[in-house]
Amino acid sequence: MKAVTRLRAAMSGFLRSYLTVLIFMGAAVLMVGAMLGAGSLLRPKRPQPQKYINYESGVDPVGSGFSQSHVRYYVFALLFVMFDVEAVFIFPWAVRLEALGAFGLYEMLIFIFILILGLLYAWRKGVLRWV
Amino acid sequence: MIGALHLAFWQTTAIKVAVVLGIIPAGALILGYVFLLKMMSHMQSRLGPMEAGPHGSLQLIADGVKFLQKEDIFPERADRVVFALAPIIVLMSTFLLYVVIPVGPRLSVQNLDIGLIFALAVSSLSVIGILMAGWASANKYSLIGALRAAGQLIAYELPLILAVVGVAVQAGSFNLQTIVQAQAHGKIFGVGAIGNPYILTQAVGFIIFIIAAQAELTQTPFDMPVAESELVAGFMTEYTGFRFLFFFMGEFGTAFAFSAIGATLFLGGWFVPGIHGGLADIVGPAVVFAKVMLVAFLIFWMRFSFPRLREDQLQAFAWKFLIPLSLVNIVATGVLKVAF
Repeated sequence: MKAVTRLRAAMSGFLRSYLTVLIFMGAAVLMVGAMLGAGSLLRPKRPQPQKYINYESGVDPVGSGFSQSHVRYYVFALLFVMFDVEAVFIFPWAVRLEALGAFGLYEMLIFIFILILGLLYAWRKGVLRWV
Repeated sequence: MIGALHLAFWQTTAIKVAVVLGIIPAGALILGYVFLLKMMSHMQSRLGPMEAGPHGSLQLIADGVKFLQKEDIFPERADRVVFALAPIIVLMSTFLLYVVIPVGPRLSVQNLDIGLIFALAVSSLSVIGILMAGWASANKYSLIGALRAAGQLIAYELPLILAVVGVAVQAGSFNLQTIVQAQAHGKIFGVGAIGNPYILTQAVGFIIFIIAAQAELTQTPFDMPVAESELVAGFMTEYTGFRFLFFFMGEFGTAFAFSAIGATLFLGGWFVPGIHGGLADIVGPAVVFAKVMLVAFLIFWMRFSFPRLREDQLQAFAWKFLIPLSLVNIVATGVLKVAF
């Protein structure tokens, strides 16, 4: 019974610490709202159709602004996702290294060796070249 | 928060929110004035703004008042909801960074156990805001700027997170408060007089961290996303008045927060030799501020000294140099930790 109470108290403390995070997100929204609200009392509003044309160095825009973009961004994004997930595996190891000792170190050496092989493969295949 | 004073949860939270609401604009103003306006001017042998206030010190406040009076314009083809939400998300990312930064043994907004991961996670939220801003503007320059920003931010995200792993290995924790304590109680060759600021043992990590932070903040050698000679102002092109100012505040507020995280991880945070206990809570904020200014000085010094990198050079530098280097740094730190 006591263990359950203790667990509940720990859980409540854990959730409460993230309540602060949530409150700070709210505070950011509130700050934006307050500043834009204050601005709306002061700023002029004189609508003219020319003001709402997209700015493209003074020339009237041609075609849609929602244009297609180069595929190279996608390749780099994929590469990032892979390496980021692998970085996630390094994090728990980093804090437990003291307890894991030499065994943990060898495991991580193998892991990072494979990671570097992957990077070298991508390099060799020309994925890292920005074309 | 201190001593016998007992406050309810909502009261301490209200105080914390008020303090951070003050710190973000103040930090942005201080960095903007001291480094962007004055240090850059003096490095380039000119005076910079001199009219508003003594030595031009109120220039940015005057600019803020000017922005307050600007008309609020949404481009006709813009995606209005996303366009309005984008600066909020960028500012939210800045706000959340301040949640975990400790400024004294008992002074931090929330001492999260995974503070370091939390800081890295919320700092990358701003990528989403930037992509939203660029896409919703329905402007070709904005879209190119946003994509460049996203490509750059994710490329330098990896060296940033891999560089701080060395610190986590040494301290054995992600809790920023514990990391500071570990530096304060550390010893260099058995001598504990100045603790063990990790800049000494993690010098490589610190250099990678500063370069990656520079890129994350899109400061000058890495300012392709907002290159004004080719993209007007990148993803910010269509924003006016206060909506534009939110991006500015986000940029400099984040610069302040990143400097504080750098100071916490590598320079010992609120710790100064000889001050312990209750006194550290009082002196702490001033110490952190001094260290923040030191790290920010390095970041802005680089900004004013180097020309802009080309997009391919920028990507190659991250993938072919910084990431392998930070992996080697992790291995070296691990080997030394286990060996000693």
